[in-house]
Amino acid sequence: MEPNDYDIDEADLELPTEPMRLNMGPSHPAMHGTIRMILELDGESVEKVDVQMGYLHRGFEKMCERGTWAQVFPYTDRLNYVSPILNNVGYALAVEKLCGITVPERCQYYRVLLGELSRAADHLTCNGAMAMELGAFTPFLWMMKAREHIWDLLEEETGARLTHSFFRIGGAAKPPTPNVKARALEVCDAVEAICRESEKLLLTNRIFLDRLQGIGTVSAAEAVQFGWTGPALRSTGIAYDVRKAHPYLVYDRMDFEVPVGHDGDNYDRYMVRWAELYQSLRIVRQCVEQMPDDGPVNVDAPELVLPPKEQVYGTIEGTIQHFKLVMEGPKVPKGEVYSFTEAGNGELGFFIVSDGTGTPYRVRVRPPSVFVLQGFPRMIRGHMIADIVPTFGSVNMIGGECDR
Amino acid sequence: MSAVVVERVKAQFGSKVVETTSFRGDESIVVEPAAYYQVAKFLRDDPACDMSMFIDITAVDYPSRDARFELVLNLYSLHKAHRVRLKTRLFEAEQGEVADATRPTTVPTVSTLWAGANWFEREVWDMFGLKFEGHPDLRRLLLYEEFEGHPLRKDYSADKTQPLMPYRSGPDVLGKQRPFLGDEGMPFGRKDWAPRDASWSDDSLGDPEDAPPPDGTAPV
Amino acid sequence: MGEVRNTSGREAVRVEVTGSEVGFATTKFDALLGWARKWSLFQYPFVTACCGMEFMSLNGPRFDGLARFGAEAPRFSPRQADLLWVVGTISQKQAPALKRIYEQMCDPKYVVAFGTCASSGGFYDNYATTPGIDKIIPVDVYIPGCPPRPEAVIDALNLLQDKIARGDRTPGVVKPREDIVERQLVTLRKSATDLDYGPQRRSGEPPITLGRTSDPKEGER
Ligand code: SF4
Repeated sequence: MEPNDYDIDEADLELPTEPMRLNMGPSHPAMHGTIRMILELDGESVEKVDVQMGYLHRGFEKMCERGTWAQVFPYTDRLNYVSPILNNVGYALAVEKLCGITVPERCQYYRVLLGELSRAADHLTCNGAMAMELGAFTPFLWMMKAREHIWDLLEEETGARLTHSFFRIGGAAKPPTPNVKARALEVCDAVEAICRESEKLLLTNRIFLDRLQGIGTVSAAEAVQFGWTGPALRSTGIAYDVRKAHPYLVYDRMDFEVPVGHDGDNYDRYMVRWAELYQSLRIVRQCVEQMPDDGPVNVDAPELVLPPKEQVYGTIEGTIQHFKLVMEGPKVPKGEVYSFTEAGNGELGFFIVSDGTGTPYRVRVRPPSVFVLQGFPRMIRGHMIADIVPTFGSVNMIGGECDR
Repeated sequence: MSAVVVERVKAQFGSKVVETTSFRGDESIVVEPAAYYQVAKFLRDDPACDMSMFIDITAVDYPSRDARFELVLNLYSLHKAHRVRLKTRLFEAEQGEVADATRPTTVPTVSTLWAGANWFEREVWDMFGLKFEGHPDLRRLLLYEEFEGHPLRKDYSADKTQPLMPYRSGPDVLGKQRPFLGDEGMPFGRKDWAPRDASWSDDSLGDPEDAPPPDGTAPV
Repeated sequence: MGEVRNTSGREAVRVEVTGSEVGFATTKFDALLGWARKWSLFQYPFVTACCGMEFMSLNGPRFDGLARFGAEAPRFSPRQADLLWVVGTISQKQAPALKRIYEQMCDPKYVVAFGTCASSGGFYDNYATTPGIDKIIPVDVYIPGCPPRPEAVIDALNLLQDKIARGDRTPGVVKPREDIVERQLVTLRKSATDLDYGPQRRSGEPPITLGRTSDPKEGER
């Protein structure tokens, strides 16, 4: 049939299109964490995203200026709450750098051991949650099971499942338990077995692969421009890992590899985390081999470290020292330092300023996941709405760290 | 290693460099606000510096100083593995004050040099109220637009809330109870920059014996 | 003949079968409704912060704390949910969203404040955080803990089910379970001749034989 209005130009028949605006969040089921996105859509593809964060802003930096140096630890737990130990260690190292002290070797191994287990838990959670958001619920449950094994060990060592506040200025709250080594090996084996199984479930699944590969690609140059670090940077092919580039604690004695990807897409980010998980377990095993069985855990610095409880209750010096440390806080020398460690999401930096009193003058945390999140509009441009879910999952935005 | 960078900057900018310090292996350079952008650009482009990676930008508030804010830019070179801290000192912008070249209150944005700086300059604006000239989108990052003031300034009382939602009241809503006051958990060593929120003073709680039923209203 | 009792001990539903063909039940309508409601809670998880990690564990294989009590299916539309879990810190910026979600839910609706932050703001006593969600919406059950252990959450769910069955809308707080190990340690310490305040669990401690765990649901709520 011939159209009636055949003398109308084809271009005029086109409906005028204008981008549609869609609000996503701040409470959206497929987004772990709370974040709001204003999307500009052309059909189903995303043209522009305005990411609005800050829905979990809890005033971390302000709260640090209220208490003593030691009272910051509980707050650091809740920064990246998937791997609290790594935050504890990062902050402890920053204060120790300012004080110019180094913790005894046994404690360094202990920090690496628990820290790597914590990193494994972080990557398990991130990958599990990402799989769950794509509808793969079974692998998620398996990874939760693996994480439960890690948390059991952490609970035995630190007394808390999640918010440990365990590593302190100049050492740790408690020495390692006698059976930490045996338990760590057990946990490593259990976690590895579960991971190998869930790998088989996911990584041969056509749907899962299709939704990850080639989505959210970022080039290495762009990643550096955005200041990405951690697994996200490594997925673009740049092997920058603080543990290798600027070894701290005893990482220079550990034999491990830095896995890199080459496309910088969701699949690479997923796989880099997955490979790092095995490397973490490898480091844990080496720690078990090398860690000395006895020796001090805390530095011998009574002006910074709480005395043992027997002394507090038994001697007058111990009581006074304890009182002064608790009420006035450890006196940290005047100055400012920037100290950085490799956390679950990348370079976790603490920039701390002290004016010589027991209270921090300024504690600034460099949150690695904000940098990755900042690249999100670039990653998603031109992709479909449905791709937001896996891409956002691979960013691994952790509210507590991102919004502080 | 990083000292090379400091030497390069000193040689290039001479009198614009206010001071350089090296403390516990951290190198930092303080420059005049007028030269801040040029130095940042030099650090990025000079092959000996090659600061390809933006690490962090933040500020520190020193209310007792004349130039109140210290802007701190941390940079890293991915290839040369050195780090440097670039700092500059800014004055507080008074309302309605005419721009005074001897009291600089703003610096140009560095988000044109490193894309990563964009959000962090927004955060500095949000938390400290420092503006960046030429920033593409200087909105609040973490707080909401209705928020008044800049919370990380030392004179902002930590417990002064500005709720977006009016609080409920009723018998099931409790206010703060004794002995928890506004300065709860604060040690002796705390600096008293800001008076604590007046509505939570000791008196407003009254005597615990004849305390009025908590009405649940919170300080605004 | 069978009967269903609610946990407060009062008889709620009685089912009597007096012949092979004949059967009838007597109950109060409200009691039956409450009994039905308490086993079919549809939850909306409003997860914001660290407590969400424990919430994941709660759903995980070890604790399986929701499915066992008829509250498995999460509904991500507030209009289809009747139990709102507020898991984590609610900041001032987030408060309008929370209020809006609460208002979209249909009656009867129940709210659980999961964790210290949701209950009272926790140690975030500052410009950014609401001092507890009860300043925004009414709360049925508070769970203390930072984060609460999954066991505490299971207790909270049981407490909420009790309340639903009783038709009781006053706020309740989950009580800590009695720590058997701790109690025995205290007894041990008391009987020890020299008081040792050192870390008890850490060095070669004597084996502690545990008594029978008393039912955590016993005692007043
Ligand atoms: S109660 Fe504790 S664990 Fe839970 S959200 Fe608050 S700070 Fe995090």
